[in-house]
Amino acid sequence: MSPVEISEGDIDRAYASLKKDAAEGGYRITPDTEFARNLIRGLLKNEVRYGYRACPCRLASGKKDEDLDIVCPCDYRDADIEDHGACYCALYVNEEIAEGRRKVSPVPERRPPRSQRGTPGARAVQTVSAGATVLGGLPLPVWRCRVCGYLCAREQPPGICPVCKAKKDRFERFI
Amino acid sequence: MVLEHVDGKNRGTVMLYALSTCGWCAKTKDLLRELGIAFDYTYVDLLDGEEQNKAMDQVEKFNPSGSFPTLVIDNRKSIVGFREREIREAFGT
Repeated sequence: MSPVEISEGDIDRAYASLKKDAAEGGYRITPDTEFARNLIRGLLKNEVRYGYRACPCRLASGKKDEDLDIVCPCDYRDADIEDHGACYCALYVNEEIAEGRRKVSPVPERRPPRSQRGTPGARAVQTVSAGATVLGGLPLPVWRCRVCGYLCAREQPPGICPVCKAKKDRFERFI
Repeated sequence: MVLEHVDGKNRGTVMLYALSTCGWCAKTKDLLRELGIAFDYTYVDLLDGEEQNKAMDQVEKFNPSGSFPTLVIDNRKSIVGFREREIREAFGT
């Protein structure tokens, strides 16, 4: 596989858009501009070679349904920010790090290893059956955004999560 | 497997498994260069199917989570992630 080149202009545009979405959703991006730009270059490279913005710090399989959990922002971001102050690649950080009061330290990998990884679809089915035994007979299904936990009751999940802007395919049926 | 070699002081077999897009992998590579250590590295994401699988088997042998960067020293000690202090200590600097 040959390396892909990304222009500085493309990085500028993606950076501005990520910062805007982050601010609107209550998230912060690393204050280290050069580091952020390198990660965004990686995201854009992955978008070109795989067709989706897989995490630049994880090995993508190239099959979207196997990689949905690591499409940025990944399923693990919020928990890692909570526990370690930063997401796995450290693009998203907490307020303390964003304001330079604390430095980022390595974040351990939360994603299960290759051998223990089911597809996100398989995991969603488990969630449905667990929820269904507790709450049945609701007039509408409840959908959960795997990225930020946003819940909504409607026939289908929304096209874009109103909180974190994750796309429709990041929703799982919760109840 | 495609190995890139970086010249420097010989401190044993130093192998860095990295991703071409990963910020922490880049920092690890920069630190090894700064320390002047001779090492080999490979960008696992740029390897093709079978080669990539073989490389992942190697990574998982030392780091079961299969994450990057994984630095393997003398085929026995591994340092996972950009752990600057640990890397400096491993090379006595």
